[in-house]
Amino acid sequence: MTRVLGISGSLRRDSHNTSLLRAAAEAAGPDVELELYDGLKQVPPYDEDDDVHPRPPAVARLNAAIEEADAVVFSTPEYNSSIPGQLKNAIDWISRPLATNALRNKPVAVVGASTGGFGAVWAQAELRKVLAVLGARVLDVELPVPHAHTRFDEGDLTDEEIRAALTEVLETLADEVREREEAKAVA
Amino acid sequence: MSTQILTIAPAGTWSLDPVHSSVGFEVPYLAGTFKGEFHEIGAGLTVEDERASLEGSAKVASVDVKDENLAAHLQSPDFFDAERYPELRFSADEIALDGDRNVSVDGELTIKGVTKPVTVTGTVTAPIADAWGNDRIGLNLTATVDRTDFGVSWNNPLPSGEPSLANDVTILADLQFVKAG
Repeated sequence: MTRVLGISGSLRRDSHNTSLLRAAAEAAGPDVELELYDGLKQVPPYDEDDDVHPRPPAVARLNAAIEEADAVVFSTPEYNSSIPGQLKNAIDWISRPLATNALRNKPVAVVGASTGGFGAVWAQAELRKVLAVLGARVLDVELPVPHAHTRFDEGDLTDEEIRAALTEVLETLADEVREREEAKAVA
Repeated sequence: MSTQILTIAPAGTWSLDPVHSSVGFEVPYLAGTFKGEFHEIGAGLTVEDERASLEGSAKVASVDVKDENLAAHLQSPDFFDAERYPELRFSADEIALDGDRNVSVDGELTIKGVTKPVTVTGTVTAPIADAWGNDRIGLNLTATVDRTDFGVSWNNPLPSGEPSLANDVTILADLQFVKAG
């Protein structure tokens, strides 16, 4: 069983990106379990003065959730052509110290939804760049969900193409996890 | 007229003296050259009649640069992917030598799991007897490769849009081999 952590970059209750991850959890194959992270809003602003042991509880909890997961899928909206501040802030916490951070070598995928016509492609590209700098094993896939308000009915995904694409993203993540485990077994 | 057969070193199995050897790389970055070195290296040279073969390896995890965050980035999937491909490897069994001790090596270089043919050039010293009763030679080799051929393709654009890191990387190996005299 591959355990995937889903982190939505949008905090609002009826977020399309959170709905997208819920749809992904339902679309996951029998060997993949996707759990949604619900504590992003509690992560405090990054301040090196606070980056001491023990770390702020909301940071420690997020870090542990990432460490325990085999893989992570991020779903990001696009704020002013880029990554939402709170998501970037959380990643900045997780990134330290860089050489041993919890996302290092972790298979990760980025998807994204926006109400505009491009489906958060810029935010997804920037997020992939940031995750690669952390040393994550970033999947070379993009899953843009444009006009997100037309693709959900009370939070339920109504677009079958996107549902199939979500299943594929999770399967690719599971493949990466298996390859990683096989490489470790050989080493 | 007889043709003299030139070999890189007297016949035998030559072992690397890793303490007095180095394997590193140089790549143009921003307005200068970024340099690094691999501390854990291994190599062997076998000379038999007129044939010589060379094998070498470097542990990616032992890469040493001047900043620990940079070292961490170099080991990540963005660059060498140390977790999946822990070693760089080189092997060659075609080593040519001319009368001025210039060496040309046609071999295969493996970086990030990708193996490509590469021509390495340099020099080899005449054997000396060292203070511990061994024969010793110095082999100085250089090769330039396009890192993107090996899937090492990270870059970051400058404000002009030009890439900040060059694709052509020079690999430098300064190797001392010893053989019981």
